[in-house]
Amino acid sequence: MHIAGMIAIGIGVLFLFLGSFGIVRLPDVYNRLQAGTKCTTFGCLFAVLGVGIVEPAWFWKALLVSLFVLLTNPISNHALGRAAKKSGVPLWDGSVVDKSRDFPSYANTEKL
Amino acid sequence: MVERIFKKSTTRVRIFLYLFILLTLVWMALTSTLHWQELTAGVLISFILSLFLSKSYVGLGLPTPTVKTLSFLLIYIASLFKEIIKANIDVAYRVVHPKMPIRPGIVVVKTELKQDLAKLMLANSITLTPGTFTLDIAGDKLLIHWINVSTQDEEKATQAIALKFEKHLKRVFS
Repeated sequence: MHIAGMIAIGIGVLFLFLGSFGIVRLPDVYNRLQAGTKCTTFGCLFAVLGVGIVEPAWFWKALLVSLFVLLTNPISNHALGRAAKKSGVPLWDGSVVDKSRDFPSYANTEKL
Repeated sequence: MVERIFKKSTTRVRIFLYLFILLTLVWMALTSTLHWQELTAGVLISFILSLFLSKSYVGLGLPTPTVKTLSFLLIYIASLFKEIIKANIDVAYRVVHPKMPIRPGIVVVKTELKQDLAKLMLANSITLTPGTFTLDIAGDKLLIHWINVSTQDEEKATQAIALKFEKHLKRVFS
């Protein structure tokens, strides 16, 4: 049980590390958000659940915490991305396509 | 008329029961004990809360919880988990690859879902899965940032990103 929990925490830490690595490496706000939220959701989930497995008395609380993270993390991702786009943060030069002009609320923002 | 009132009240009672069970389970998870004092307090508080909340639940126009809806919801959550794991490995691979194989871009995706909550769940699922996140929603269109744009066409992008969740969500909210 202890070992299983440690392995879960290890996987979580690995993904958290990869997420922060992505924030350093990727080129613009939007791509960094991808790494910064996706990997951290997964990493956080595994780390918290691992703690719950190591310490069985905390398991149900850990489950609730991970559920909360799973529900709120995508919303923070969305809010940050939307705010960045609305305030006109440009996309990376290597970006392929920007269809945000099709949306009425983004018609005035700069293209690529 | 009487029949209608009865029908309405049974859905209300059913919502009340589901809420009551859910709240009691959350309480039990939070206290993580089966001591009778804790349980009595939890049941009492859940009872009062679900009395009030079941009213606003009806007002929100959410789907009535049934065994069928709940099982579809569980199927949806299972498929979501599969996609989350795939997404994380995919993004992690792109980050550590020395050449960084990314082709980012913003695409538009269409949805057939009508309810606001269904759209919220779809947007959240998209945000949690392979290199995509939702920037904005307007009507039946979703603006999505994609880390590896494989198609710029609206139909094909919908097929690649949204369809796998939409078919589950449609059944939940039908």
